[in-house]
Amino acid sequence: MKNLAILFLLPLSICKGFAQIDPVLLRKPVTDTSRMLLNMDAVYNRPLLAAGKLPVSLGGYVEANYQYLNENGISEGHQFQMRRLTLFVASSISKRLKFLSEIEFEDGTKEINIEFASIDFELAPLLNFRGGVVMNPIGSFNQNHDGPKWEFVDRPISATQMLPATWSNVGFGIYGKKYSKDWVYGYELYLTNGFDESIISNGQNKTYLPAAKENPDRFEESFNGVPLLTAKFALRNNRIGEIGVSYMGGVYNKFQDDGLILDKKRNVNVYAIDFNTTLSKTKTFINGEWAWVSVDVPNTYTEQFGRAQQGGFLDIVQPVYSRSLFGFEKSVINAAIRLEYVDWNKGKFISTGDNIADHIYSVVPAISWRPTPQTVFRFNYRYNWQTDLLGNPPSRLAGFQFGFSTYF
Amino acid sequence: MGKRQILLITMLLGSVVVTVSCNKLLPGIPADDSVLDGPIEGLTGEQNQAFLRGDIAFNDDIFTSSNGLGPTFVATSCGSCHAGDGKGHPFTTLTRFGQSDTLGNKFLHLGGPQLQSRALPGILPETIPAGATFSNFTPPANTGLGLLEAVPDATLIGLSDELDADGDGISGRPNWIHIPNYCLSRPGTIERSGRYIGRFGKKAAVYDLQQQTANAYNQDMGVNSSYESYNTYNGLQIDPEISNQKVLDVIFYLKTLKAPIQRDQNNADVIAGKQIFTNISCGKCHTPQMQTGPSTIAALANKTIFPYTDLLLHDMGPSLNDGYTEGTAMPAEWRTPPLWGLGLSKNSQGGKVFLLHDGRAKSIEEAVSFHGGEASQSKTKFQQLNASDKAKLIQFLESL
Repeated sequence: MKNLAILFLLPLSICKGFAQIDPVLLRKPVTDTSRMLLNMDAVYNRPLLAAGKLPVSLGGYVEANYQYLNENGISEGHQFQMRRLTLFVASSISKRLKFLSEIEFEDGTKEINIEFASIDFELAPLLNFRGGVVMNPIGSFNQNHDGPKWEFVDRPISATQMLPATWSNVGFGIYGKKYSKDWVYGYELYLTNGFDESIISNGQNKTYLPAAKENPDRFEESFNGVPLLTAKFALRNNRIGEIGVSYMGGVYNKFQDDGLILDKKRNVNVYAIDFNTTLSKTKTFINGEWAWVSVDVPNTYTEQFGRAQQGGFLDIVQPVYSRSLFGFEKSVINAAIRLEYVDWNKGKFISTGDNIADHIYSVVPAISWRPTPQTVFRFNYRYNWQTDLLGNPPSRLAGFQFGFSTYF
Repeated sequence: MGKRQILLITMLLGSVVVTVSCNKLLPGIPADDSVLDGPIEGLTGEQNQAFLRGDIAFNDDIFTSSNGLGPTFVATSCGSCHAGDGKGHPFTTLTRFGQSDTLGNKFLHLGGPQLQSRALPGILPETIPAGATFSNFTPPANTGLGLLEAVPDATLIGLSDELDADGDGISGRPNWIHIPNYCLSRPGTIERSGRYIGRFGKKAAVYDLQQQTANAYNQDMGVNSSYESYNTYNGLQIDPEISNQKVLDVIFYLKTLKAPIQRDQNNADVIAGKQIFTNISCGKCHTPQMQTGPSTIAALANKTIFPYTDLLLHDMGPSLNDGYTEGTAMPAEWRTPPLWGLGLSKNSQGGKVFLLHDGRAKSIEEAVSFHGGEASQSKTKFQQLNASDKAKLIQFLESL
């Protein structure tokens, strides 16, 4: 009975305890999210709230928006969207042992994902062990995807519709980082579960790496028993900027099952380069990523599914008004533009020798207001030209988006 | 807040309001005569719902190994072969094989009549068996099919002249075919010795859109329905991989797609080209005008249409004889293809045109040059036209 009473009273006492915490004890590190460290640091470069001496820190971000889009003269009307609610839980288990998790609710509760949940164990600055659900470090966006860091309502098309951001898998690996005057370099190398055959057999009717995210078993078992290798090297000069090169590859098909050979091993390989810099004179922030994908698609399968893909984005963000506004002392208004391109099917038709199209161009001018570095209100205009496989006249999509994203 | 800040905010908000209110920043609706998709006028609200269901099934449903594709196939969706409901591209050419006379297909046991040229990973696609003749078929445009289906059999009989009684060298005739059990005969259908008039397909070997749709799922995508339940890969009867409702939705969609709308009808050159078309007797097979009969869909009933086809078989000469045929057609006989929508072909064929049954002609002029047999006289007259008249005729054809 006494134990029952304790069990009953314990949660109440905890609640009461929290209620009595003096707000000044809540530490909230001020982070300028419009400027970045190495992209590999993004996972920890987030504002987290720690209460007193509690070993656990909490945080997250939320983003919602309104949009009015029109495709070839037809509109779905006015749409209000709850894009994401993401919760972070971090803990310093000991001085060199940390845990961080990121749980994301997309489009309400349509998608609930564990995007990151790993233990980091520092053996030396250049040798850290990371294990659990890790974000594969391909390109920059996959690691550095938090909404409040970007001036655009939509995530880059190449990052989400060609590369599978946010792409996380269960696995282990190592990473490290070293500073030397103005230089810093870092590396990451992970072995994780990987892709499956849905990348060439999906409802998109194209080679589509994000289709692998639909596999609910991928956090429990590998589709084919062959690890996916992801490796990245990044170099930054504080005066020039950061450049990263990354690779991700492995076998995507089930080539054997129950000891029986089903097919030959077929690989998917992804190469990416990313860069970012801030021009010191104008404070113009330039950020981009480009990736190449090659997939071993059987010759007897349909050309509908591309053997090679490429695409990327370039963001240019120009602060145009940096002073106090509505009482927000660090308020900044930015003018920005994003240029995007994805070719989902590089190659030629066997029947005609003509180029296979299946590509998209997009331009997104934007105005954003950051009342604080951790919060952004953004107004975007988007125009897409998307051409089908055959190269017919492009479908045109355009419209307006207004939204906000903020850490909390 | 200072005046400067108020001014700044006003300017920003003002620019946002101006931008949002500017319709020129949004893509306009393409002119109705510049696209092939869209429903025929006069559908009820309920029929519009059925049309939309069919539109989604036709254009958005993608088949994979998990929902019925293959294991051997040609395409992964209906829309793969008919982009924008227009003519197909050589990428999805359909190869038929195994029948060289009117006695039937002798290669059905070896995968005939259609070659499934692609296969799921780990599976081998079909190959054409030794000794089988074959022909390549470019997927046709979908538009106006419901109107063509609603043309009474009696009209086609009236247009036919099997023995060339009028002595003009043109002797169109129907393809008399056996129809599957699931086909419901249309009102006023005409039967001869258990055979019916086919009107769809390059050889007019398909009776109606139900047969066409069930066949396409089965032969093009390897998707079995209760209508066509035998798997093309192993020849075994298997459970349906698509619901009857889905098939019916697609049939309704195909029936109610609008007819292509002619452009530049009042252009002097187009008018002159139309006259030349008549003068050199192209219209004797490419019948400009027809009348639909009764239909369960009011919007299709008793309409005057301009398809430029007689839906009959004509001997097109040795150049177009691939040695393959279907139904009671001879290998050199082809159904007159409708010309409506011809000018929009390049918008669904990747900016080029691939004309005639197998896409061998890369221009209208080249397509005419392949005409022979019953079309020989018209072809000769076309070739004798001066450049100006030829251009006007082509301009007319491109306006369709």
